[in-house]
Amino acid sequence: MIDWGAIFSNAAVELISPTTAAYALAALGLAIHFGYTGLLNFGQAGFMALGAYGYAISTLSFGFPVWAAVLVGIGASVIFALILGIPTLRLRADYLAIVTIAAAEIVRLLFTTNSFEPITGSANGLSGYKGGFADLNPIPDGTYGFGPFEYNAYDWWLRIVAWTIVILACLFTWQIMRSPWGRVIKGIREDEDAVRALGKNVYFYKMQSLILGGVFGTVAGMIFVLPRAVVPSNYQTSLTFFIYAILLLGGAATILGPVIGSMIFWVLLSFFSGFIARAVEAGWIPFMTSIQAGQLRFILVGVAIMLIVIFRPQGIFGNKKELAFVK
Amino acid sequence: MSSNSVPTAKPVKTVGMHIGEAVPGCKKKDPILVVDSVSRTFGGLKAVDVEHLEIPRGAITALIGPNGAGKTTLFNLLTGFDKPDTGSWTFEGTPIGGMAAFKVARMGQVRTFQLTKALGLLTVMDNMLLGAKAQVGENLFRAVLPFLWRQQEADNRVKALDLLARFKLDTKKDDYAASLSGGQRKLLEMARALMSDPTLVMLDEPMAGVNPALTQSLLDHILNLKAEGMSVLFVEHDMHMVRHIADWVIVMAEGRVVAEGDPHEVMRNQAVIDAYLGQHHDEDLGEDPDAEKQNVGAIKELLDDEL
Repeated sequence: MIDWGAIFSNAAVELISPTTAAYALAALGLAIHFGYTGLLNFGQAGFMALGAYGYAISTLSFGFPVWAAVLVGIGASVIFALILGIPTLRLRADYLAIVTIAAAEIVRLLFTTNSFEPITGSANGLSGYKGGFADLNPIPDGTYGFGPFEYNAYDWWLRIVAWTIVILACLFTWQIMRSPWGRVIKGIREDEDAVRALGKNVYFYKMQSLILGGVFGTVAGMIFVLPRAVVPSNYQTSLTFFIYAILLLGGAATILGPVIGSMIFWVLLSFFSGFIARAVEAGWIPFMTSIQAGQLRFILVGVAIMLIVIFRPQGIFGNKKELAFVK
Repeated sequence: MSSNSVPTAKPVKTVGMHIGEAVPGCKKKDPILVVDSVSRTFGGLKAVDVEHLEIPRGAITALIGPNGAGKTTLFNLLTGFDKPDTGSWTFEGTPIGGMAAFKVARMGQVRTFQLTKALGLLTVMDNMLLGAKAQVGENLFRAVLPFLWRQQEADNRVKALDLLARFKLDTKKDDYAASLSGGQRKLLEMARALMSDPTLVMLDEPMAGVNPALTQSLLDHILNLKAEGMSVLFVEHDMHMVRHIADWVIVMAEGRVVAEGDPHEVMRNQAVIDAYLGQHHDEDLGEDPDAEKQNVGAIKELLDDEL
């Protein structure tokens, strides 16, 4: 018989997991790029990889403290954004898409190659960089919480930090998007020539947006690796597409959309994988092995996202009116 | 308001702006824009090849010419939206040849587009506010601190409401620009350009696609620009409108300035008739009889108006 309680509690755990927070923050960065500025960045996985590796390498190879390791990651992503942006932001939007998708793959392959094995750990990745972050933990040892949300001190510390960063990033984004800066950014999304004709340095604004959203992705990459190890295969293009799925699910030009979208995405994913695995065990799906079942969850999530995009194309928080006008 | 697109009250024309004969490239007493040997080729086609041109200050100048004469290309060059192969030009005495479009706009030379560029998913008010110059809150770091820009924003809002009221768009201020009609978008684009207090307003076909009921108010708005001391340069095909509001007309054909002058004089110029009808119009109607017929119609219209 299926243990529904376990399925639901495993799904509920995803609501506040650090991975959900990391995806929410990366999706918020993408909302700045795609939803507000209209930049087609398909390389968010590359920004996340730079955050993860920037943090891990500067901790492991150079013994940097946490704050310096964070700054290294952010610095790397700013440079990455400049390299991507300088040649492409003067061109049409689709060129940025091509360049970012390729650049993110280059970043991942550079971290995977054996040539830099002593520093990057090659395909095995890196681990053992969490000491500095754990030492900052003010929570005394022990287990806290209730029901499915019962964690030790490190896990609570990680969740508190991760979601604090997400909340701060949301407040920051909300504030700048309702400022004159945000108005210019949204104007660029609508028609950059018109904004240029009004005396705004469109190229400069697009660069700022690319860097800002990229930094969000980088910090997300750091949060993403704190509960696990740094593994290069995590930063494939599919990661970017999951983040796009989250963004479209929540609403592209919204603040809360990426956060709620990430929660829904991870809860659904956990629910489906738990349900299918147990259903196969219980013999409900006789034609399927448990390995096949592991892949089926992505198919089901894909179907769920298709349904949402078809029947609620503006996302959960998007404004229906915005889609009433066909461009 | 009359449904007739040509109003009865005659606007006050500015005269005597040029020095010497009204020939192509003639000097003006007080030019705001001076263009020298500007050329732009697209492949083998020389789209613009202007030796010398001066745009008078405080007047309404029309840039006319048959299709493909290079009017819009010249417009794009002068506003920094395209780069010339050769040439230089000065705006209020400052050389701005090859300067980026946003810098040109900041200097007080703003333009509108032939295909209206209303920012559809921004509200009408946001469209207007975007036009304001030197906004403190447009800096990313200062954007985070609303107390730095709140006052300026409020002032801009008052100014925008005033302009919107003049353009009869104030009731639409909270609507998305995408919900406006084509003519209202033209008005919005013009009002938005005025938010920056320009000295030279460049309108690319302001009447294209505007229904006759709105034509009158658009004309009045253009005349108002002049009354408020701005200079206007516009591209237009509607000859009635050119004759009615322009103080000075520049005629382009095949990339060159072929004639300049007072709107009534210039239409009689042989070069203008040649430009519209083709040099051998009395011999052959050419490959595209429809276009020729339209041009013949345009010229007839002009001559009728004269009588």
